[in-house]
Amino acid sequence: MKKEIICTICPKGCTVTVEGDAGAISSISGFGCKRGQDYATAEFTSPVRILTTTVKIADKDGDLLPVRSSSPLPKDKIMECMEVIKKATAGLPVCQYDVIVENICGTGVDIVATKTMK
Amino acid sequence: MYTMEYDVVVIGGGPAGLAAAVSAKEEGADKVLIIERDNALGGILQQCIHPGFGLTRFKEELTGPEYYSRFTKKVAELGVDVLLNAMVLEVNDEAKQVLCTNSEYGMVCVQAKSIVLSMGCRERTRANIVVPGTRPAGLYTAGSAQRLVNRQNIMVGKKVVILGSGDIGMIMARRMTLEGAEVVMVVELMDYLAGLTRNRVQCLDDFGIPLKLAHTITKIEGNERVTGVYVAPVDENKKPILEKEEYVPCDTVLFSVGLIPENELSKKAEIAISPVTNGPVVNQQMQTSKAGIFACGNVVHVNDLVDNVSAESETAGRFAARFAMGNLPSVVKEITCQTGRNVRYVCPQKISLSAENETVNLYFRVLTPEFGATLVAKCGDKELTRKKEIKVNPGEMCHLTVDTKDITGDLTVEVLKED
Repeated sequence: MKKEIICTICPKGCTVTVEGDAGAISSISGFGCKRGQDYATAEFTSPVRILTTTVKIADKDGDLLPVRSSSPLPKDKIMECMEVIKKATAGLPVCQYDVIVENICGTGVDIVATKTMK
Repeated sequence: MYTMEYDVVVIGGGPAGLAAAVSAKEEGADKVLIIERDNALGGILQQCIHPGFGLTRFKEELTGPEYYSRFTKKVAELGVDVLLNAMVLEVNDEAKQVLCTNSEYGMVCVQAKSIVLSMGCRERTRANIVVPGTRPAGLYTAGSAQRLVNRQNIMVGKKVVILGSGDIGMIMARRMTLEGAEVVMVVELMDYLAGLTRNRVQCLDDFGIPLKLAHTITKIEGNERVTGVYVAPVDENKKPILEKEEYVPCDTVLFSVGLIPENELSKKAEIAISPVTNGPVVNQQMQTSKAGIFACGNVVHVNDLVDNVSAESETAGRFAARFAMGNLPSVVKEITCQTGRNVRYVCPQKISLSAENETVNLYFRVLTPEFGATLVAKCGDKELTRKKEIKVNPGEMCHLTVDTKDITGDLTVEVLKED
C-alpha cells in the first residue's frame, strides 16, 4: 500500500509518501523534518481524530447538546461511532464534560458534553 | 425610556466582546456591560462545535463551546453585567450613549464612559459574488447551514456542493458527511486553498471529498429546489472556460466565500473605516477615530484564529477601561503603519506614541502565497524587528511585535523574499 500524506505540523505542508502494510513501513520520503516523519508515520500506521457532533436533548424538540470524544479516536471508527451517537440522547441538566456515551464502540474513549445546559 | 449607566459598554457578546469585557473589569473598570442580540453569550462559537480552538492561547485543542465557556465563567465571576436579546440601534459617539431595544425593558439608553465595538462579521452571500442561475431553495451560506445543523437540529440537504475553500466551508463538508449527506465537491476560484491545510486534510481528504482548485460555479439550476450546478475551470484571469463546463447534480449549495465586518453602527457614528479591511481604523490601543470608542475582533478585520481575537480584544478592553477611568496616556505623536512589499494591510493602522512604552502587536496579511519569506517592520532605514517564515499565505495572519519606544516615524511592514 502506498499513501501520500500532507503534513499538517507546520504551514509548509510537505507531501510525505509512505509505503508498506498495516504494521510495517517499508519506505517513507518527502518529509522536511523529524516531526514531519513522525507525523506521517503515525498517520500511516494508526491515524486518530477528535470527533465532535451533537446529541438530542430528551423531551426537548430541536435542542442540541454539543459533544466531543474525550480523546482522539481511531479514524476508521468515526462513522461507526456516529451511528451510536445519533441514537443517544442527553437529559437536562447537563454539565460540561459529563459523559454522554461511555467507552464508545469499545475504544476506551468517552463521548462527553462540551457545554453546560440547564 | 429606561436608562442605565456604565463605565465600559461592550457591544456584542462573542469571543471579542467577552475578552474585552473581562479585561476591562480586570483593569479596574467598576461597571461593565455586554449587550448581546442573541439569547446567549458566545457568538459564533456556539455553533462551532468542532475542535481546533485555543491551541495558541491555552495550549490545548478545544471546541467552540469549551473555548467561550472559559470566558463566560470569568464574566460571571467578575460580575460583568449582560443584557441579552438586545439589539443596538445607535451609538452616539459624543454623548457616549448606546441606544438599544430589549424584549424586557423596551427601548434602553445606556450611558457609558467608553464603548467597545465587537459586533463581529457576517458572511458574504451568493448576491455578493453574483452567481448566475435560478433562485431555488437549497442555497445557504456555510455559516447559516452550520447554525441550522448544529444548534437548531435542521438538516439542510442530502447532496451538497460547496463553493469556496474557506475554513467554514471545509468544516461544513465534514459536518454534513458525518450527518449522512454526500458532499460532491468543494469548488475554489483561486488556485490555492483559502483555509488551513489541517482542515483540508481532516475535513476533505479524510472523507474523500474532491477539492477543485481554480474552478467556479457558472450557473445554478432548479425551480423549487436546487437540482444541480454547472462547474467550470477558470483561466489565469479568473474567467470561466465554458467549453470545459460540467453539470453536477445536487440539492444543496453552500457558499463559503468570505466574511464582511458588520459596521453599520460604526458608519452611523461616522467612525473612519478602512477600505481594505472594511473595519474601523484603529491605533495600537484599538481606539477608533472617535475618542473613547474602541473596536476589536472581526468587526475590525476578519481573523482566522480566535486566539488572536482574544488577545486583540483584551487590549481594547484594557484601554477602554483606562479611558473610562481617565488615565489614558496623552498622545505626543501619531504615526501610521504602511504596507510594503507583499503586504495587503496592517492592523493597527496607526500608533499613538506617548511617554509610556507599549508593546505593539502588528497583525497583517500577505497579498500572495510565498515560500521562504522574511517579515520586517522598519521606520525609514531603521529595522525594528524581523522574523523568518517557511511559508506565508493570505489565509494565515502574520504577526510581529515592536516597542513604541523604538519607533522614530512612520512604520512600514514588508515581506521579503529570501535569497
